[in-house]
Amino acid sequence: MSAGWYRAQRAAGAVGHFGVLATFVTFLAFPFYWMLITTFKTTQDLHDTKNNPFIFNDPPTLHHIRVLFEDTAFIQWLINTAWVGVLVVIITLVFALPAGYSLARATGRWSQMLAIGIFLTYLVPPTILFIPFARIIANLGLQNSLWSLVLVYPSFTIPFCTWLLMGFFKAIPRDLEDAAMIDGLSRFGAFVRVVIPISVAGVLTVVIFTFTLVTQEFVYGVTFITTSSNYTVSVGVPTFLVRGDVYFWGSMMAAALIASLPIAVLYNFFVERFVVGFTVGAVK
Amino acid sequence: MTAAATARPGFFTRLADDERWLMRLMIAPTIIYIVALVGYPFFLSLYYSVTDIHIGTRTLNFVGLKNYQNIMESGAFWTALKNTFVFTIVSQLLVLVLAKILAMALVKDFRGKWLVRFLILLPWVAPISMGSIGWLWIFDSIYSPINWVLRWAGLLGPNQWPIWLGQPDLAMGSIIAVHVWRMLPLATVIILAGLSSIPQDIHDAADVDGAGFWRKLFTVTIPLVMPILLVALLFGTVFTFTDMIVIFVLTRGGPYDTTQVLASLAFFTGIQGSDLSEGAAISLFLFPVLVAIAIAFLRMARRAEVT
Repeated sequence: MSAGWYRAQRAAGAVGHFGVLATFVTFLAFPFYWMLITTFKTTQDLHDTKNNPFIFNDPPTLHHIRVLFEDTAFIQWLINTAWVGVLVVIITLVFALPAGYSLARATGRWSQMLAIGIFLTYLVPPTILFIPFARIIANLGLQNSLWSLVLVYPSFTIPFCTWLLMGFFKAIPRDLEDAAMIDGLSRFGAFVRVVIPISVAGVLTVVIFTFTLVTQEFVYGVTFITTSSNYTVSVGVPTFLVRGDVYFWGSMMAAALIASLPIAVLYNFFVERFVVGFTVGAVK
Repeated sequence: MTAAATARPGFFTRLADDERWLMRLMIAPTIIYIVALVGYPFFLSLYYSVTDIHIGTRTLNFVGLKNYQNIMESGAFWTALKNTFVFTIVSQLLVLVLAKILAMALVKDFRGKWLVRFLILLPWVAPISMGSIGWLWIFDSIYSPINWVLRWAGLLGPNQWPIWLGQPDLAMGSIIAVHVWRMLPLATVIILAGLSSIPQDIHDAADVDGAGFWRKLFTVTIPLVMPILLVALLFGTVFTFTDMIVIFVLTRGGPYDTTQVLASLAFFTGIQGSDLSEGAAISLFLFPVLVAIAIAFLRMARRAEVT
């Protein structure tokens, strides 16, 4: 066939490709556009059904953001989330770093089974454990305290991060540690002074994941925490701002957007590693 | 501690050099944490399910299988069980097909790919409770932009005004749409990782043999990414099957339990209804499916080991 036919076919392919991508992007990103435009619209504009809802019919306003920061506990929720996040990150690192190293260096059937077993606990969902936890937390006197979250969240961050770090440590040649040990370090010393410093990428990945998992968690938060001032962001926004007959849509969308975007940007850089962590066990 | 240990030979030095014990000691805290905060609560859940424990009561009596009997006799449980399966299976099938299409579109290089990738990943990387709030507003009974567009395009008659989360016939579809939206990015990146690991030679060989797009799709690409497709499916199934956040935020199980799933029913019974024992019994019905998924995983891991 002629070159013209070929070119037409290619053009059709490109249009099809663009169409597919445009459709998916619209579906996947639209809710965030919707949050963005709602955040800055006047209430009057939001409530006029004759208006085109996709554009600003009135000039944009900062009113909803002001309400969110001045009249709700949103800032407190952000602080709570950050506080719990930092503590859980530290706990996770303290547990998962040595565990991941141990699994990476151990040989034999047992340790392999142990590694898979640890990974599988990641699949035990909060929706099975939250009922016994409700009682355990009450017995410990931690109900309605952020410490309950600090205690429970590592139960899902440690398994996954141990698994991730195991992959990282396996990639580090044993010779490096052996050389360090010849220089007089103990095995543990070699781990702390040689292995960890060259695994900065792995440690960073664990920090980001743990932090994002904490910000995304909802089930335990809504089970353990009962007063507004102790909520984390992901629990506070949907429960506190929705309650009652009046929906503060502008402020709610602002809250959702502010809580989502920084996490999304951070996570975006690390998503590839996350996928490797998911797939390394099943497909090599 | 290490500095001190290396300086003076003593217990710690010997320990730090004894390979076997050191390795055991390094993993022990993690095992203890997991046993204490995953294993113990799990068995506690089994135990609670055969007692009459409530929030706020101090006493606890053994009641045998009475909770399970109560559940079996309640219509709400069977509805929730059916909903859980419908909602998981339908959404996962949609996710697989859509993710495959999207991943194939993303494998090519084009300008602005990073931006497209970022936008596509948003539903997965943003906290799901926040995304669900966005959908709550999109599905609003009065101000839904979907209805606005449908009316504008002339697809809605004068008396038609679908209430996406309030009508029994639409609510489940809306919930499934949100779950597809949520899981699609993860499945896409997993499949994308599989697609880009196929060596170019194989594509070239298929081209030389004159295979067309569809033929190549079904005889080369899909079989080669099958294992990774399964990974995407397994994770998607676990996350969808056990989720209650989307339903909690959007419908609370309503209207008339049409979107109630096991996880949300367990929450409303056990936590909000204070009946911990029955809630525990309901949530345990999630477990057999998780075990099945775990077994599938183990078998795949073993196969990967052999080859």
